[in-house]
Amino acid sequence: MAFWDYANPTRFLKLVQVLLPWLVGLCVATFAIGLYMAFFTAPEDYQQGDTIRIMYIHVPSAWLCMMCYTVMSISSIGTLVWKHPLADVSAKSAAPIGAAFTFMALVTGSLWGKPMWGTYWEWDARMTSVLVLLIMYLGLMALWRTMDDPIKAGKAAAVLTLVGALNLPIIKFSVDWWNTLHQPASVVRLDGPTIHSSQLWPLLVMALAFTLLFFVLHLMAMRNEVLRRRVRALRMRAASVSRPATASASAQPAE
Amino acid sequence: MDLGPHAGFIIASYGLCLLTVLALIAWVRIDKANQERALKELADQGISRARPDQGRN
Repeated sequence: MAFWDYANPTRFLKLVQVLLPWLVGLCVATFAIGLYMAFFTAPEDYQQGDTIRIMYIHVPSAWLCMMCYTVMSISSIGTLVWKHPLADVSAKSAAPIGAAFTFMALVTGSLWGKPMWGTYWEWDARMTSVLVLLIMYLGLMALWRTMDDPIKAGKAAAVLTLVGALNLPIIKFSVDWWNTLHQPASVVRLDGPTIHSSQLWPLLVMALAFTLLFFVLHLMAMRNEVLRRRVRALRMRAASVSRPATASASAQPAE
Repeated sequence: MDLGPHAGFIIASYGLCLLTVLALIAWVRIDKANQERALKELADQGISRARPDQGRN
């Protein structure tokens, strides 16, 4: 069976049923290892002290909020170009998860910033562009709710998602293009990570755990969206069957 | 485990993340239950995805 055959929603639901228990188990195990490393094996930072432990959730949340939007952008191309049956389902299902990861990145960054920078918030390019990303997620979720027809809503949302994708390189390179309070990248760099391995490994394990969490939640949300569209289609079919009968009944003479 | 003078910030960060993840899990589970209930109600009314001629020989 080719990969594209899973574009069929029924086959996709069967695949989710098989994959989900394994992914959930792997996700829980990775979180257990990551949290143990974050709290028990990773040393304090010589400058930040124990607040570096916030980084083990802040950085993966920040990576995931961008990865989630990337998934939505690829799905949007699938919606607009190939009209892939699950592309629109994927984009719609990812938005609330992306919003949650962005919220976590902003809140944990803010809680790290107060003891380290002396402020919860600064309108610098990195923080502002991530806030714009959160607003984009919320706007897309609102757009999907404004239209009854999921196909029309999906196309409109796909266009808006692709326009919003311009924000992704701005988030990534904001710390290089502008003079920001936020520090530049220290893991994903051309010359390699600048973090000591004792702090890098817990971060990478937590990033893997967050990635698995995203895939688990995304598959579950996609399954719900497929079911929601089935409910809608069945209700419409039921309404179209009952409507002619109702119409003919109302056309009967009053006596 | 001593988290130092900024323990409150660390605990608040992990606590808020935990609450957010739990909220996401609750959202997908409640949504799934709602959709399955709706499908069952429709099936009870005789409205299902099966074709009308399905089951006949």
